[in-house]
Amino acid sequence: MLLIPCPCCGEARPELEFRYGGEAHIARPRDPSALNDEQWADFLYMRTNPKGMHYERWRHVHGCGRFFNAVRDTVLDRILMTYKTGEPPPDPATIEAAKEERR
Amino acid sequence: MKYSVFNLLRQAAQAHQGWPRQWRDPEPKASYDVVIIGAGGHGLATAYYLAKEHGIRNVAVLEKGWLGGGNTGRNTTIIRSNYLWEESEGIYEHAMKLWETLSDELNYNVMYSPRGVMMLAHNVHDVQSFKRHVHANRLAGIDNEWLTPEEAKAFCPPLNISPDLRYPVLGAALQRRGGVARHDAVAWGYARAADRLGVDIIQNCEVTGISRGADGAVEAVETTRGTIKARKVGIVAAGHTSVIAAMAGFRMPLESFPLQALVSEPVKPVFPCVVMSNSMHAYVSQSDKGELVIGAGTDQYVSYSQTGGLHITTHTLDAICELFPMFRRMRMLRNWGGIVDVTPDRSPIIGKTPVPNLFINCGWGTGGFKATPGSGHVFAATIARGEPHPIAAPFTLDRFRTGRLIDEAAAAAVAH
Repeated sequence: MLLIPCPCCGEARPELEFRYGGEAHIARPRDPSALNDEQWADFLYMRTNPKGMHYERWRHVHGCGRFFNAVRDTVLDRILMTYKTGEPPPDPATIEAAKEERR
Repeated sequence: MKYSVFNLLRQAAQAHQGWPRQWRDPEPKASYDVVIIGAGGHGLATAYYLAKEHGIRNVAVLEKGWLGGGNTGRNTTIIRSNYLWEESEGIYEHAMKLWETLSDELNYNVMYSPRGVMMLAHNVHDVQSFKRHVHANRLAGIDNEWLTPEEAKAFCPPLNISPDLRYPVLGAALQRRGGVARHDAVAWGYARAADRLGVDIIQNCEVTGISRGADGAVEAVETTRGTIKARKVGIVAAGHTSVIAAMAGFRMPLESFPLQALVSEPVKPVFPCVVMSNSMHAYVSQSDKGELVIGAGTDQYVSYSQTGGLHITTHTLDAICELFPMFRRMRMLRNWGGIVDVTPDRSPIIGKTPVPNLFINCGWGTGGFKATPGSGHVFAATIARGEPHPIAAPFTLDRFRTGRLIDEAAAAAVAH
């Protein structure tokens, strides 16, 4: 079971308190009717599904109830860092630093 | 050497010292007509049917580990074809027909055992949904019948049908022709049969890149054992499909999740069939060795770790103990995870990709084992002709653009 630090509550809590929300930073297009089928399918269905670093959404359903984002290694299943919704995705250097800190 | 009573007796007389290796361990050649990435059941079946039915024998199957070591060796071996939509009924029933004669076809005992697959309904929605499935299947000529709780208990005596259960059994859908097969034997049987037809099975050979020519078409695969040229390439990499697709430069509508299973200590035959409970997230059968083979649900997050959270298996065992009180003191021996590639509509993707001469067979999600022979059969035809086999035609990658999805979320046995 993952131990997830909620950036809103400021505390690491067991996975059972959270609900996974899929890949992060996929914004709904502002004007869907302007998109062709290819672009719409890309938004709806295509996913990065990487082996390694994954930007993903979680929701602290049994806590503060808020959505937030996390960076997780999908091979080690280790949460490298979490950050609030609306913040830009952290660059690799920041993630490396956070990884060192957790070690 | 053909496996027969005569050869068995002859080898017995020689203390079984004369059995040959079941397949060769060849060095990769510089080029092949077709390269299949992934030596699981589906990949090996594809190679076998390419060689047997389409005369394409200059084929290599590349495997990063050992053959059948991924999801083929990790699943709970359930076979059934009672899916809802015609497209799915087409492909799963095609597979079911091939299962029935597979041991003869491969000269390898895959221990196919049609002992019946019973799916339990625990609430009004389950009842309505399963009855809809039963009717749809019968219209398509596929056996599936509705059982009352008493009939379900008669078919599977260990089942607890007490109305006091937290999720009482309200009925069940039974496919009598459904059952199980020995998963390793399926991989080994296809490997041996393909090898005898000249297919090179190259293990410990991980694909690290896909080279495309000036026209965009696939030219070669880069591997840890060198560059291998190929006229056509088929990706049959299950959980790692997105990774291979990224090497070729396109994205897939897939997410890879851990799916767990476990086995108990072996006991005498006590469990006559396969029982699945979607609502309680558990399915169980008994292997010929005597172990209970138990399947759990998927973890909620994308992962390539081949392990999952213990709370998922705990939850499944809670359900098993409630449904089958006699298993409460059974001890579990092992548990493990496999990485399953799940599509948005829970149906597979079989066919062409945006890259010319590159074909794909993936997205079988939590239920690919049952389709192994059918999947390999239609995928081989698709690769050989360059056009989808009629049964595979609805399962294109393009359906996510056109919107012609095949929504089997309700038929998938595991809650996603």
